[in-house]
Amino acid sequence: MLYTVLCYHDEDITAAWSREEEAAVVDQLIAVHDKWGGTFRPVVRLMPTNTATSVRKSGTLVTDGPFAETKEQLLGIYVIEVADLEEALAVARDLGRANPTANYEVRPVMALVPDAGLAGAS
Amino acid sequence: MPDLGPMDATLAAARPQAVAALLRHFRDLDLAEEAFQEACLRALRNWPKNGPPRDATAWLIMVGRNAAIDAVRRRSKLTELPPEDTISDREDAEPGLVDRLDQADYRDDMLRLLFVCCHPDLPVAQQIAMALRIVSGLSVKQIARAFLVSETAMEQRIGRAKARIARAGVSFETPGPPERAARLAAVAAMIYLLFNEGYTDPDPRSERSSLCGEAIRLARLMLRMFPTDPEMMGLLALMLLQHSRLLARFDALGMPILLEEQDRLHWNGALIAEALAMIDKAIRHRRPGPYQIQAAIAALHARAQRPEDTDWAQIEQLYSALERRTPSPVVTLNRAVAVAKLHGPEAALVLIAPLTEPLASYFYFHGVRGALLEQVGRFGEARDAFGRAIALANTPAEAAHIRQNLDRLEREVAAQKNSAGDVGPR
Repeated sequence: MLYTVLCYHDEDITAAWSREEEAAVVDQLIAVHDKWGGTFRPVVRLMPTNTATSVRKSGTLVTDGPFAETKEQLLGIYVIEVADLEEALAVARDLGRANPTANYEVRPVMALVPDAGLAGAS
Repeated sequence: MPDLGPMDATLAAARPQAVAALLRHFRDLDLAEEAFQEACLRALRNWPKNGPPRDATAWLIMVGRNAAIDAVRRRSKLTELPPEDTISDREDAEPGLVDRLDQADYRDDMLRLLFVCCHPDLPVAQQIAMALRIVSGLSVKQIARAFLVSETAMEQRIGRAKARIARAGVSFETPGPPERAARLAAVAAMIYLLFNEGYTDPDPRSERSSLCGEAIRLARLMLRMFPTDPEMMGLLALMLLQHSRLLARFDALGMPILLEEQDRLHWNGALIAEALAMIDKAIRHRRPGPYQIQAAIAALHARAQRPEDTDWAQIEQLYSALERRTPSPVVTLNRAVAVAKLHGPEAALVLIAPLTEPLASYFYFHGVRGALLEQVGRFGEARDAFGRAIALANTPAEAAHIRQNLDRLEREVAAQKNSAGDVGPR
């Protein structure tokens, strides 16, 4: 079976972490990754919600910011490799047309460990 | 910031919005601050016992508001008070207020709170001090340390600022679009001033240097309230890019290291990535402005893996665009640096010739001019320019840096004399 594990936290608090606090958390997480070895497939960390753009209403409406509604639930995640935001939005618009009642949030991802690189990302 | 436990971190994160809402309610900064303090005290007592509320900010606003009203009543001895626990329970169960605190209210409250701090009647130093005290919640002692002044002096500065604000009066009406835009621009300018205040400090752990992080936090907050404002995106991107070089900008002795000589492996990749994503978002709006253009310039530097990979042609174009939009001799000086890279020092010297008068007392002008004169072999004039730069340096580190240039110049002059001597007597 494939599962996803989604991490939630308060951005105000994580953004206030010092470099040392952040490194301490990442170290502890890496110990868990090591323990589970091959269990972990792509691990991505999302950039802050400020960087998000949302595509709504069957791909016709593009708005700045995250898709922050409470009545919908998270259904799926795509990790896509594209040249820029425009291309990412083109993908999201296509998905929105194919699944017109759904909403899509486009957000850049980074490696969990800064500068460690991310498979597939340049 | 001191070490914060998880609960203190929640209170600190809620502070700007809570104080902003309380200011709308009480229309008085001191009262709003006191109400928030009281709400925090009650949270520290109440939350460990009853568990934290789902919406900490709304809880603090409600409790703060009621506590302040109670305090006023107590002072006027009009009514007997119910015991505190009853108040808190009642307040926590009140759902109505949470509904009323929708995003639109928060957003104009926050804007008002920040705008109050950067009121045009206040000198810049007072604006920044007010924002740190009122919005960020730093103690007077912390702010005093950041500004390298005594606590008493900072206390007085903040007191004077508050008195001026009270005299000036601020509109508590919901602002119309033009006024909102004007307030946003003023707040953006203040946030960038705050950032620059911290930027020159070589010690990444100093109180002063932490002002950069505080400015970034405020910009993120504003952007969450106004997610479609491209200039706010530009400002955040610009600060993130400059902040990404924090650990590469100074050597062990605190001497500034020029961009070209920095170890790019010490640049913070996560901050750069976030900034580049912000710029991508801003560009989609096709409403360029000074912060976006400056961020785009900083991004071109950040994208270059080695100094020689820098896209100077595009940087020169962006500085031209900035010059058209916000003409200033400092922008022209920066463009001249790009022109020197593209077309050589002679062309750059022609470009900066008219700046001699307006930038006569500007440290960087003489530093750049000295370096350009040195490149074309006008050593005597270069020496004079460096001398003037040293006299105008803002910090000992800046002066020391120019002195190094001067030493290199003298070595060059000496070497040239020697090689001239080698030609033999005529």
